Amino acid sequence: MPKLKIEDLETIAARRTKAMTVGQGAGRVKITVHLGTCGISAGAQRIKAEVMRLVQDAGISDVTVTSTGCAGYCSREPMITVQVMGQAPVKYVDLDEKKAGLIFDRHVLEGSIVEEYALGIGSEHTA
Amino acid sequence: MSATPHDTVGRDTTGDAIPGGYRIHMMLCAGTDCAGRGSYRVKEALEREITRHGLSHEVAIGMSGCRGHCGQGPVMVVNPGEIVYQGLSEHDVPRLVQEHVLQGRPLQERVHTLPPQTGTVPLISEIGFFGKQRLLVLRNRGIIDPEVIDDYIVRDGYRALSTALSTMTPEEVIQELIASGLRGRGGGGFPTGIKWKTCREAPGHPKYIVCNADEGDPGAYMDRTIIECDPHAVLEGMAIAGYAIGARKGYVYIRNEYPLARECLEKAIADAREYGLLGENIFDRGFDFEVSIHRGAGAFVCGESSALMASMEGRPGEPRAKYIHTVEHGLWDRPTNLNNVETYANVPPIILRGAQWFTSIGTGDVSENPWGGSKGTKVFSLVGKVHNTGLVEVPMGITLREIVFDIGGGIPKGKKFKAVQTGGPSGGVIPEELLDLPVDFDQLTRVGSMMGSGGMIVMDETDCMVDIARYFIDFLIGESCGKCLPCREGLTQISTLLNDICNGEADEHTITLLEELSNTVKECSLCALGGSAPNPVLSTLRYFRDEYEAHVREKRCPAGVCKALITYSIDPARCTGCTLCARNCPQDAISGENKKPHSIAVDLCIKCGICRDVCPHDAVIVH
Repeated sequence: MPKLKIEDLETIAARRTKAMTVGQGAGRVKITVHLGTCGISAGAQRIKAEVMRLVQDAGISDVTVTSTGCAGYCSREPMITVQVMGQAPVKYVDLDEKKAGLIFDRHVLEGSIVEEYALGIGSEHTA
Repeated sequence: MSATPHDTVGRDTTGDAIPGGYRIHMMLCAGTDCAGRGSYRVKEALEREITRHGLSHEVAIGMSGCRGHCGQGPVMVVNPGEIVYQGLSEHDVPRLVQEHVLQGRPLQERVHTLPPQTGTVPLISEIGFFGKQRLLVLRNRGIIDPEVIDDYIVRDGYRALSTALSTMTPEEVIQELIASGLRGRGGGGFPTGIKWKTCREAPGHPKYIVCNADEGDPGAYMDRTIIECDPHAVLEGMAIAGYAIGARKGYVYIRNEYPLARECLEKAIADAREYGLLGENIFDRGFDFEVSIHRGAGAFVCGESSALMASMEGRPGEPRAKYIHTVEHGLWDRPTNLNNVETYANVPPIILRGAQWFTSIGTGDVSENPWGGSKGTKVFSLVGKVHNTGLVEVPMGITLREIVFDIGGGIPKGKKFKAVQTGGPSGGVIPEELLDLPVDFDQLTRVGSMMGSGGMIVMDETDCMVDIARYFIDFLIGESCGKCLPCREGLTQISTLLNDICNGEADEHTITLLEELSNTVKECSLCALGGSAPNPVLSTLRYFRDEYEAHVREKRCPAGVCKALITYSIDPARCTGCTLCARNCPQDAISGENKKPHSIAVDLCIKCGICRDVCPHDAVIVH
């Protein structure tokens, strides 16, 4: 990789935006696992492995699984965010593998929010 | 969509007045997709257009989190009328302003008709825990993959560095920092810009940039999380500091107990090097900057600047007298700028969005004097006896009550709030009557605590304040480096006195002696560790003297914690004889027949509290 010039930031941002965006490079659904130290200690690695297994077993290629840092709500970990194309992101909390499986079946595959495990929709205020 | 902006002038749909007396309030979505599709660029174009029409006093433009109005981004909500636009670009802006703002009719082709609301899942931004938070340092949390540098670049990463290198002189960068009023987030609250200026002007070469990630307060993990969420923000802040100060080398001093954060940072440094964002001649602007990681062994005292630098040089982590400042004689006796993780993470947004924007958040006035207020946000780790524990970022000036009750969700199990400890072992407790105190550097110091790096431990009525003071003092005895006598011997003696009080072996004079000794340690210690170590004692004495007095006069621990002063018994009226306590008692001190009230043999009881924890009927009483 050659050294970046200032204008390269724009190019990278444009390219990567497409890859990150649901409905574009990220496919129809993006599943984000919150993998900070707190999430990991609550079992988030197992949730991520389970989600990846489900995607593979379902044989679908329009779902992206990615990871991010802690969303701050440490007492409700493990947490994932599911975003389906054209819908607001939904955060699910207090997860185990079984709940993750149900969310996968209903929300990821069928597009309906699993209300009993959902914390909320949308995202946080930025300053 | 029948409402026009003029239908309900000055109100938004929730009936709240639009803040600041504006006629129209435009809020662009800062959520992942909208931001990725250019909502910040639309915002800037809107600001230019509104200013061009001379309407800045009538139209407020801001960013919000995702409000669930998702369509084709970027999405913007305009109030009054809660009109939602989607698919906006900079090219739409002149027509949008013409139609919506000047003509008073929405730009129909971009109006987003919302699908009917189904279900009962609330908005994240309206949930108590998230509602009052404002993300600035943690702006990318939950959004980017911290291990992917391109994700950071999507969120305007390294643009502040490119802006600084290509359009600002080092002096201008420092001036911007001073004007922003940013104060050190590690605890001291020293104005960052002033520190940078002093370091820049200090004679000596080379100069060093050091990032303090030696977070050691019990219950505090702000820095760890910032690094795990957004490591490049810290690196970019350090590089900007390097440019401003004239340093080519930076170090992150991170404790070895943070393996994930360290790996995250190592990956970030390697990726930034690969892109030439660290290294030689960054952005072809003739500026070189490198960052290395120095692993600390986890000594609390190494968070102190001179001890930290001694440790980096391979010497014992002991502080020195601070009449010689580390900005002048720091690492290897060279001018060294030391800031905390959170401080550096604040720098890129300040450079990118300007000091004026930053000063719009927070308390006081920093236009004349950088000590005149507390600007921006602060990250706290909210832990202890509170429903929602976690990492929260709030605007300076928010009250403790809002943090504990609105964000934290109050005290679990119907217990009563007693106090909140801020500032870690160096801070103090703040009682209920001060809950409406606005949180900023100066207010917390005024009431005998301190901002510290951001630990916030909530305590309820079952926490004994003498025992809490003893806990922190014992922690500090273990962490004291032992170089100066007041700290080394003084803390041990304070601990002995506190033990006497907790064991019921103290009298009135013990409290007087404790107070005198605490003040002596505070005044005579060499560094800030010893200088602030008695704070937990002094602040509990200040606000909870009655608890100390109950211990020494009545030999009673009001919270029911100090073992020497309490006895366990079973309330026969409540006990159902379920035998659960008897089966769990490690001493076999509980006896009784099945389905009949049980009793505790006081001579066998070791007061471990297991019976109270397991009793389903709250029948175990502590006197």
